[in-house]
Order: sequence, then C-alpha cells, then structure tokens
Amino acid sequence: MASDEGFSDLNYRNAVARGISQEMRRDTSVVLLGEDVANAGGVFKTTVGILDEFGPTRVFDTPISEQGFLGMAMGAAMTGFRPIVEIMFSDFLAVCWDIVANQIAKTRYMTAGQVSIPIVIRTANGGGVGFGAQHSQSLENWAMMIPGLKVVAPSNPADVVGLLAAAIRDPDPVLFFEHKALFASTGPVPDGEHVDELGTAKTLRVGTDCTIVALAAMVPVALNAAKLLAEIGIDAEVIDLRCLVPLDIESVKSSTAKTAKLFTVEENPRLCGWGAEVVSQIVEESFFALEIAPIRISTPHIPLAASRSLEEVQIPSAQRVFDVIRSALER
Amino acid sequence: MPKPDRYAMRAPRLPAKVADPELDLTIDFRLGIYEKLHEMRQFSVAINKMFLSGLIRGSAHLSTGMEAIAAGFGAALRSDDYVLATYRGHAHTIAKGVPIDEIMAEIIGRKHGMLDGKGGSLHLTSVERGHLGSFAIVGAHLTIACGSAWSAQMRGSDQVTVCFFGDGATNIGAFHEALNLAAVWKLPIIFVCENNLYMEYTPVDMQTAVKYPAADRASSYGLEKLVLDGNDVDVVFDFAQRAIASVRAGKGPLLVEALTYRQGGHSRADPGEYRPPVEIAAWMAHDPIIIYHQRLLALGVDERELVGIEKAVVERVIAASEVATASGFPDPDIAFKDLWSDGSSGWKKDGTI
Repeated sequence: MASDEGFSDLNYRNAVARGISQEMRRDTSVVLLGEDVANAGGVFKTTVGILDEFGPTRVFDTPISEQGFLGMAMGAAMTGFRPIVEIMFSDFLAVCWDIVANQIAKTRYMTAGQVSIPIVIRTANGGGVGFGAQHSQSLENWAMMIPGLKVVAPSNPADVVGLLAAAIRDPDPVLFFEHKALFASTGPVPDGEHVDELGTAKTLRVGTDCTIVALAAMVPVALNAAKLLAEIGIDAEVIDLRCLVPLDIESVKSSTAKTAKLFTVEENPRLCGWGAEVVSQIVEESFFALEIAPIRISTPHIPLAASRSLEEVQIPSAQRVFDVIRSALER
Repeated sequence: MPKPDRYAMRAPRLPAKVADPELDLTIDFRLGIYEKLHEMRQFSVAINKMFLSGLIRGSAHLSTGMEAIAAGFGAALRSDDYVLATYRGHAHTIAKGVPIDEIMAEIIGRKHGMLDGKGGSLHLTSVERGHLGSFAIVGAHLTIACGSAWSAQMRGSDQVTVCFFGDGATNIGAFHEALNLAAVWKLPIIFVCENNLYMEYTPVDMQTAVKYPAADRASSYGLEKLVLDGNDVDVVFDFAQRAIASVRAGKGPLLVEALTYRQGGHSRADPGEYRPPVEIAAWMAHDPIIIYHQRLLALGVDERELVGIEKAVVERVIAASEVATASGFPDPDIAFKDLWSDGSSGWKKDGTI
C-alpha cells in the first residue's frame, strides 16, 4: 500500500528510524526503549533523532538487563502502552527468552483473551559482517516455533518502514528482525506515510522454471543467483517471504504450481529452519505439482565463524544457490 | 566449617515489633480480615480435597499458613492497584476479589473457570480487577511488575503495583534486574517476598548466603532493609497501609520480606517430609489464624461470633465447590481461540491453524 506520492531513496538503517518516528507521531502510547537507543541513537544508528523529536518521556535508555526491560515492556503493554523494545543483537534474545516465549507469547491465550500484548521486539539479526558465533545468528526460526509470536524479517528499506509500521499497529506481539548486513543497503521508499500488511509475501522476480523462496539478507542473494541462472537460460521466480508468521504459503504454492520446482535459501543453520516448514507445507498440499524434490539451501548446521574466508563458505552465496539449482535442474 | 544449627535457624525468628498499638481499626474491619483469612484457608482445604479426589490435573500449590500476607495487603490496596502473584497465588486472587467458585472451577478445568479452563492453577489472572497474573516461571513477574508500575508513573496515575514472590526467586537474575530498574527509575512498586523458608524442597538457608534472602539484598539497590512477621495480619496490614501511601506519594519502590511458613509441601506432589517436626510444631503454633483469633478475643470479641464467621465461611466454600464441580468442561472449540487479539489462532495468512 504505497502512497500515491513519489519515492525517495533511503538506506535500511534510516528506514528503521523512519518507521518508528512515523508511528510515534500518530500514537502517543508508542514508546521506545532499549540499550543505547536514546542518547546514542542505537549502536547500529537505527534510532538516530528519535530522542530529539520525542523526548525522554517516550524514548529510554535501559541498563544491560534484557530480561528486566523486556519484562517491563510487557507489563507496560498490558496496561496501556505499545512499547517498541530493541534487543541489540538477536543472539541476546537467549537471555530474555523466558519473557519472550513463556510470558509475552502465552499470556493472551492463557488468560482466555483477557489482555493483548501490543509489543514490537526489534533486533539486529544475521551474519555476514564478521561478528563471530554469538553476534551473527539468524534466529527467526526460534521465534517462528513459539505460538503467539508474529515474525517479520524485511529485506529492503521500503519493507522496513511499511512492515515496522504494521507491526507497531498490530495488537499482538511481533518479533521484527533487522538484518545487520543490510543496514547500509539503499532502496526506494514511498514518500509520506507508508504502512504495509503483515503476512504477505512478495514476488520480486517473475519466472517460469523454478521458485526460489528467500528471507531478509538471502533475498538479494536469491536475486543475484536468479541473474546468474538467467545467463544460462533458467528463468527463476524469486519470492521474498517477508513474514514467517503469519506465513503466506499461498504465494509459494501458486508459484510452485507454475514452476514445479522449489528451492529455499535460508541463512539459519540447517535443522528446523523456516524452509523446512515451507517445504513440508508444499509437499503435504501440492506434492503432485512438483517435478523434483524441493531443495533447501542453508548455512550448514555449525556455528558461524568470524573470519571472512570462513563465514563466506558458510552462509549461502549467489554462486552456491546458482550451483545447486543448476545441478538440480540439469539432473 | 562449623555446621549451622538448622533447626534453630529455621524456627520462627521474628522481628521484635508486634502490631502497632496505635493501629486504630474498628472491630468490624478486623472481623472482615478474619473472615478473609478463613476464606483463604478453607479454600486451600477444599482444593486439597479436590486434588485427593482426582479432580485436579497437574498440581496445585497451596499457601496454607501464609494467608496473612495476601489478606493484609489485600485489605490495604485500592481496587485499581495492580497485583502480580506467583503460581502459589490462590490467596492473592481471592484478595483481589475474584469469586471463589470461579477460581475453583478454573483449577479443576471447568467451563465456569475464570480463564475458561485455559490457565489452570498456575496462571490465575483477572486483568479487570488489576490482578495482572499468577506467574509460574520463578522471577519473571518481578520484571513485568516493573512495567505496570512504570505505566502508572508515565500515565500520571497514582496506582501502586504490589508484586508478591517467594524466597526462591531471590537467587534468580530477574529479581536483581527488576529491583535495579525499579530503584533507578523510582517506580511506584512494592516487592513483597513471602519467605516461607523453603525454595521448593530445599531450606533457603542451604541455598542463600545471607540470613534474609530478600531484605539483606535491599541495600544493593539503595533500598531499606525491611523484615516483617508475615503471620501477624495486623503487622502486615499496618505495614502495607504505610508502604502503599509512601509509594503512592511518589517516594519510590520498597522491598519487604515477610516471614511465614508453608504448612504443607511445595506442591500436592510433595508431602514435605523433609521438614523437622520441631520446626513444624513451632510454626503451627504461630499460625496466622490462631494469632488473629487470640488477638480478637483479647480485644473483647465474643468467641461465639468468631465461630459463627468460621461456620459461615465453611458453608460458603462448600457451596462454591459444588458450583465449580457441577460445571461442565469447556467447549473444545475454546482450545483454538484467542491466541491473537481478533480471537483467532492461525499461523497462516488465511488464518488456518
């Protein structure tokens, strides 16, 4: 739902601040808290200018105390606020996972709908920038497997603004995964207010020979692989899932009905990645539309290494995606 | 290393302060508190019976012997104040005014239950009454309580949050994170540690390096060390009234440790046989209901009046048990509702489950 006005280029990092500010302007119950989000503008500079515009009654620096301030945000969400909480690196979700998985996700259900928890947990996710094994993980699947959490992972600045706005307006808990390797990337963002819809995938490249489903930083990888495939005459369709919950499996199903070949490109380690669920859905519901077995391309089931030469062979690259798809289609 | 005399350490070692002689309460008010103590006690008796007759799935964590803390604070709180309790939260739920038949029905998983049978004994919650939940993962709710306190502060309301927790929570990180947040942001919150001497099956003094597991940590957060006789409801009420007034006036958070005793085991799976008989005997004599019964007699109340109250409570609790057990099981469709705010529970775009 882009506005009718024009588009302007914005980088992914500034798109985060743009989405937050847009929503804080229209709804005074929206507050922002996290480590160094106020005075420092965020360690990834994703919240620059927000303190200046909204002041210290709506933007808070917290102690290094994830369980403390995330629990606090939940209590605030139960009593009238719509907090946006930054968990600096997604890996740190592990230290407050009780609040995420046991408390925030389950309270509405356990109380028979007495209360909603309108909270957005934003976090810098993913590898490719050499932070090592404890600051590089792609953890969308941790959140995906907990009933009661919506899961968003945008691949471009326009989606950052639109999906973040949708997440903030959503009455239920949303985990919003911002990809570290994409912060510097730039793209056109609609001018004026921009609000998108959760649970909608986007087809970024139309093709007829195979379907490549990707998420977040794997979207540009998939698009680059599609370019390489085009050079050898393979016309790939590329779908950006954008959200894991709600999951737009229909878009994948209709693409696969056309191409009969399904590939997922996942940054997470192999076991229980989101691609496993996508593949299982397609196999259960569209098995006879498939000409070959679906193939998952993921980071191997090992922690990420710090050195560039090691990390590069772990995370799927356009070349690897190209190689896997070419050999599968040539079989 | 000298071996501590654990029996001595765990006998009632209560602060010298007894009920404030200036505490000016009408007899009617005191009789109301007495009735509440009995209601909480008889509720535990009824739940225990239901457990023994196989009506309760999972378990139930009773607070027999600990009623004075919930009753004392309950009598001092305003209806729009927030309370957060633990899985041992039946008494706090009664104190917040939830009808006991609805609590019982919830504990036995019936349609009449306050949460449609979806929460159970561990998760009793009544948001409309300011009871923000009974939390079953030790420690978590101290941080969540900071949120309702922060929210009240930000909204400029003068609502107070009271967060009850056990001695066992004092060794988990969330306790320390929550106290720091509350202290640094001067949140309108009272943390009430119900020290019943056992963290599950293990004596607190075997697991904690300080004598008072909560109060001795208060100074780490710039808070005053406060220890109460949690079995004397006058002491609890007197403290609660003054503490709530102070917090409501914006003077910052308080942490108090109320000494009490869990007269049974940790859960219905635990007979509590590890507790020394001498310790049990000492604390049974210091039972909150016995203490208050004697106090009321000393204040000139006729014993027959107290017996009348007890009898009426027993009848009311039996009637509530009958309402709860007569209720049917929830409609199976309820299992698939209310994960999301629109009432649905689907994970696909089209809303299917």
